Amino acid sequence: MENTITAIATPLGEGSIGIVRISGNQAIAVGQKIFKAKYNHQWAQGAGFKLVYGHIINPQTKEIIDEVLLSLMRRPKSFTGEDIIEINCHGGLLPLRKILELTLNQGAVLAEPGEFSKRAFLNGRLDLAQAESIIDIIKSKTDTGLKIATAQLQGNLSAKIRDIQNDIAGLLAQIEANLDFPEHDLAEISSQQLAGKLKAILSEINELITGAEIGKIYRDGLRTVIIGRPNVGKSSLLNALLKEDRAIVTEVPGTTRDVITEIINRGGIPLKITDTAGLRKTENIVEKMGVERTKELIKQADLILFVLDVVTGWTKEDLEIMKLIKNTKVILILNKIDLHSDKIKAIKSKFTNIPVLEISALHRKGLGDLEQQITALVLGGQVGISAEPLITNIRHKQALEKTKKHLETIIKDNENKIPEDLLAIDIKDSWESLGEITGTTVSEDLIDRIFKDFCIGK
Amino acid sequence: MNYYAGKYDVIIVGAGHAGCEAALAVARRGYHVLVLSLNLDNIALMPCNPAIGGPAKSHLVREIDALGGEMALNTDRNAIQMRLLNTNKGPAVQALRAQCDKKRYQDNMKLILEGQAKLDLKQLMVEQINVKNGQVTGVTTHTGAIFNAPAVIITAGTYLKGRIILGEMYFDGGPNGQQVALNLADNLQELGIKSTRFKTGTPARIDSRTVNFSKMTEQPGDQKLHNFSFISPVTVRKQVSCWLTYTNEQTHAIIKANLHRSPVYSGTIKGIGPRYCPSIEDKIVRFADKSRHQVFIEPEGLDTYELYVQGMSTSLPEEVQYQFLRTIPGLESVAIIRSAYAIEYDCIIPTQLKPSLELKGIKGLFTAGQLNGTSGYEEAAAQGLIAGINAGCYIQNKPPLILSRADAYIGVLIDDLVTKGTPEPYRLLTSRAEYRLLLRQDNADLRLTAKGRAIGLVDDQRWAKFNQKKALIDQETQWLSKTFLPVTVAANEILTNAGTTAIKQKTRLELLLKRPEITYQVFNKLALIKRELPVDVQEQVEIQFKYQGYIQKQLAQVAKFKKMENKRLDKITDYNQITGLRNEAKQKLNDIKPLSLGQAARISGVSPADISVILIWLEQQRRQEQEKLKGRRQKAELNMRF
Repeated sequence: MENTITAIATPLGEGSIGIVRISGNQAIAVGQKIFKAKYNHQWAQGAGFKLVYGHIINPQTKEIIDEVLLSLMRRPKSFTGEDIIEINCHGGLLPLRKILELTLNQGAVLAEPGEFSKRAFLNGRLDLAQAESIIDIIKSKTDTGLKIATAQLQGNLSAKIRDIQNDIAGLLAQIEANLDFPEHDLAEISSQQLAGKLKAILSEINELITGAEIGKIYRDGLRTVIIGRPNVGKSSLLNALLKEDRAIVTEVPGTTRDVITEIINRGGIPLKITDTAGLRKTENIVEKMGVERTKELIKQADLILFVLDVVTGWTKEDLEIMKLIKNTKVILILNKIDLHSDKIKAIKSKFTNIPVLEISALHRKGLGDLEQQITALVLGGQVGISAEPLITNIRHKQALEKTKKHLETIIKDNENKIPEDLLAIDIKDSWESLGEITGTTVSEDLIDRIFKDFCIGK
Repeated sequence: MNYYAGKYDVIIVGAGHAGCEAALAVARRGYHVLVLSLNLDNIALMPCNPAIGGPAKSHLVREIDALGGEMALNTDRNAIQMRLLNTNKGPAVQALRAQCDKKRYQDNMKLILEGQAKLDLKQLMVEQINVKNGQVTGVTTHTGAIFNAPAVIITAGTYLKGRIILGEMYFDGGPNGQQVALNLADNLQELGIKSTRFKTGTPARIDSRTVNFSKMTEQPGDQKLHNFSFISPVTVRKQVSCWLTYTNEQTHAIIKANLHRSPVYSGTIKGIGPRYCPSIEDKIVRFADKSRHQVFIEPEGLDTYELYVQGMSTSLPEEVQYQFLRTIPGLESVAIIRSAYAIEYDCIIPTQLKPSLELKGIKGLFTAGQLNGTSGYEEAAAQGLIAGINAGCYIQNKPPLILSRADAYIGVLIDDLVTKGTPEPYRLLTSRAEYRLLLRQDNADLRLTAKGRAIGLVDDQRWAKFNQKKALIDQETQWLSKTFLPVTVAANEILTNAGTTAIKQKTRLELLLKRPEITYQVFNKLALIKRELPVDVQEQVEIQFKYQGYIQKQLAQVAKFKKMENKRLDKITDYNQITGLRNEAKQKLNDIKPLSLGQAARISGVSPADISVILIWLEQQRRQEQEKLKGRRQKAELNMRF
C-alpha cells in the first residue's frame, strides 16, 4: 500500500556491526538488486527467517561494497507486518551509508522518524499501549531532526539551493504566467532559451552532487563542543587537538567570537569539534551573538568538553555553565596544569560522577588521556554519534538526485517539442524535490512569483 | 409589520451568476425554490467585463455544463465573439473565451429562470436570515415578509456593505449603481459569521461613436465555430471584433501626477484588491519600467454603443480618467458613458464553510459566489451550482456532492477556499490545479456527466449524447490498437510530408498517433478514417495517445492523492483530545475540521508529523472500539448462558 522504506537501524559509531532495514512490498525486490548470496542461494524464493551470507554489490558499477548477512522476514510475521529485509554489515559510517544509498537508488525511500514503529502499529503488530510512545518518538525525532536540518543548512549549501530554487521558480512563473494570461504581452520563453536555462540549472545540481560539496559541509562525527569561561584555554585545546594553530588565541578575554568547527579523528572516532565563544555575561553585541550561538550548540551536542582554568579555579560563572549543560554528556577538563595551582584537588572532589582530566593545552600534556576517555565513552555506549546529520545528509543528496532526474526529463521532452504546460509538471517536481531540503512548497510561492514578476491584469 | 409569506424547500438570496445556477440546480431536481433579488432587472448581471471563459475559467464553465448547469448554454446563446486561447500550447491549458452581449445574457437567463417549473422569482431585499437552534428556518425581507425554508443559500455578491469609490468621492452602493445591502451584513455578523473586506474595480465604459478604430488593431473572433456546452444548439454565430491599443508615456505621466488623488494611495480604500486585476495606477507604479500597457476595447453588446476598456480599471477621479484615456491612440476624443470605480465590500471568511459550502455553524445555511471571497462570474456560478446541489441533498438528508482536486477545477476552487482561505479576491488559475493534464476543458463531460446524472441534473437527451460519444471513443481506441498501417510507398510519402519518419514495417495505428506530427488530418490523407468520426471524438483519442506518458504520470499522482483523501476524518470532533499534536495544528484542525487526511495535510500549519500522529490516533480509536465491542459481545454471551 505504501512506499518501501529504508533506514540504518543501528546506532551510528564505530560499532562492529550495523544494520540497514528495508520494509515494504518492494523490500525483496530491492534486496535482490543489491545482494548476491554465496553459492547462488535462492533466498528470495525461500520462506525467510534465515541468515544468508553474501555480498552487497553496486548493481551499476559491480563494485563489492561489503560482506554481509541478510535476513528476510516475510509479511505479516515481521516487525512492521510488511516484508522486511535486514542487512547486517560491518559497522562504521562508510558501509552503512553506502548500503543505505544503494537501497535508495533502487527505489526505496528514506524512512521518516518513527516510521517503522508507526507501520508496525498501523498493521496491528504493536499493541495499543505502545501507541503513545510511538507518537513521542515521531514528535521528538521530528523536532531534533528539524533542528539539525536547519543547523546544517546554514551556510553556502542552503544559499545555493535557494538560488537554484529561485531560478526554477522564475522559469515556472514565466511559463505559468503565459499559460494563465494569454493575450498579455508577456515575454514568452522559447524552447532554446528554456533548454539553455535548464542546462545551466542541471550543471549546478550536478556540481552539488559530485563536487563533494555536501560532504564538506556535512561531515559526520561526534558533535563535540568545547565550552568554558573566557580565556580558560578553549582555543588552545582545539589547537592542541588539531596540532596546528587555527583559532585565534590571545590574552584578551572574548577573542573567539565566531564559532570554529573542525573535524578530527581521535582513536578512530571522528570528532566534529567546535570551539565556542567564552560564556560570560556580556554587553558586547558581537560577543553576545557568539554566546547565543554557543547555547544553541550545546543543545545539539553529543559531547561537551568543559574547560576550567586551574589557576582561577571554580567560579560562580562556571556554576552557571554547569546548569546549561546538565543534560549532556560532559568531560571536565582542568587546563593550565603547567602553572602551579592548589585548587585542583578541591575541584576534583566536587565531581565524582563525571570524568575529570588534567591537561596543559599549551604544552600538549594529557591529550592522550583525553583521547582515551572519549574512545571509552563512545565504545562504552555512553556517547553515541547521532544519526540525524547523516540521515539529513543522505536525504538531501537523494533530493538532489531526484531534481537531477526531473531536469533531465524536461530537457529531453523539451527537445521532443512537448508543450510547456506539460514540461511544467516536471519543472514543478524538480522545484519540490529541492523543497524537501529547504522545507518549502511550490503552490503559493509560484502564484506570488507570477504576480511579482509579471504585469498582469484586465 | 412582519407577516408569514410562504414556505419553500430552498430560498436563494441573490440572483447573480451564483444565485442563478443555485436556483436551477434546486428546481430542476423538483424542489420548490424561491429566488429573492433586490432588483430583478439585474439577474445574471455582468458588472465588469463582458467576457466569459479564459484559462481555468473556461474549464469551470464546461464543468458546470457537464453537471447540468446553465452558464455554458447561456454563453453560447449570447456570445458575440469566441476565441480559443493557448492554441500553441498543450491541451490542458487551451481555453475558450467568449465576448457576450451582456444585456441579452441577462434577459435570456431571466427567461430561463422564469420558465423553470417550481422556481419563484421575487424582487425583495432580504434583511435577515432566520436561525433557530443552530438551524436555518428562513428569511425576512425589508417589507416584513417571512419566508420559511429548511435550507437557504446566500449569494449576495459584492452588495454587503458595498461602498463605491471614485477618486475623492465615495458613497454606499452595490455594483453598477445598485442598492447596497447593509442590514444583511450586520445580521450575518450577529449570527457569528466572520467577515473580511475586499476591494475590486472596473474600468470606464465609453461611447463607440467617439472612438477612432483605425488607430487600433482589430481582434476578430475565430473563424471556426466554438461552443462551451457539450450539447450546444448553436450552429452559426454573428461575431463582432474587439480592438487593441496601448497606453504610452504621456498616459503614465498623467496618472503619476495624480497618484495622490487615488483612494488606494491616499488610504481611503482599506480593502484588499486582487493582484491579477490591478488598477492602471498600480501597474504603472509596480512595473515602472514598462513603457506601455495593452488596452483592449470590447463591445458590451449588440444593442448598445457602450464599450468596455479592458486594462484601464482605476479609482482615480473622473476628470483624471478623461485626461489619461484621451492620450491613448484612438481615444483622443473619447466620451465616457460610465466612469471607472472601485468597490469595497464585505465577504465571509470561507474557511467557515464545509466543502459542501454549508456553514459549519448553522445547519442548512449555504453561501456561494463572490460573498465567499472569490472574483469572477465563472467562479461564482461554479459555487452556486454546488451550493444548489448540496442544499438539495441536505433537505433530502443525502450526502453532499464534493468534487475533489482530482475530479474538477470546481474541486480545486472549493478546496482552496475552505481549506486555506484566501488573502485576496480568489481567482482560479490553471497553475492552482495539481492534475492539470487530467482536468482539461475538452474532457469535462467525460469527468463529470455521470456525476451530474446521479444527482439528477443531467437529462435523458444529454445523457444519451454523452454515452454515444463515449462509445465512439472506446471503439476508436480499440480499433487503433489492433489496426496496422502496411508499408507502402504512398503511405510513407504522406508520412514524410507530414514531417515524420517513414515506417519500415507494418505499424500499429496507435503508435503512429503517438508521434507529435501525426494527427487525424494525416490519418485522413492515409485514408484511415473509414466512418465519419466526430471532431470531439478525434480530439479525445488523439490527446489520450499523444500524451499517454504524462497522463499515466498524473494518474499515478492521483492514486497517491486519493489514498490520503479516502482516509476520513469527519468523525473527529475535537482535536484537543489527540495528544501529540502541536498546538498550532490542533487549533487549525479544529477550525477547518477537514473531511480527510489529505485535506488536513493541505492546511498550512499542519506538518507531516501531525499527520502521522492523527493516523496513529485513528488506529488507536479503531482498536479501542473493537475491544469494547468484543467486551460487550462476551458479556452478552455470558448473560445468555446464565
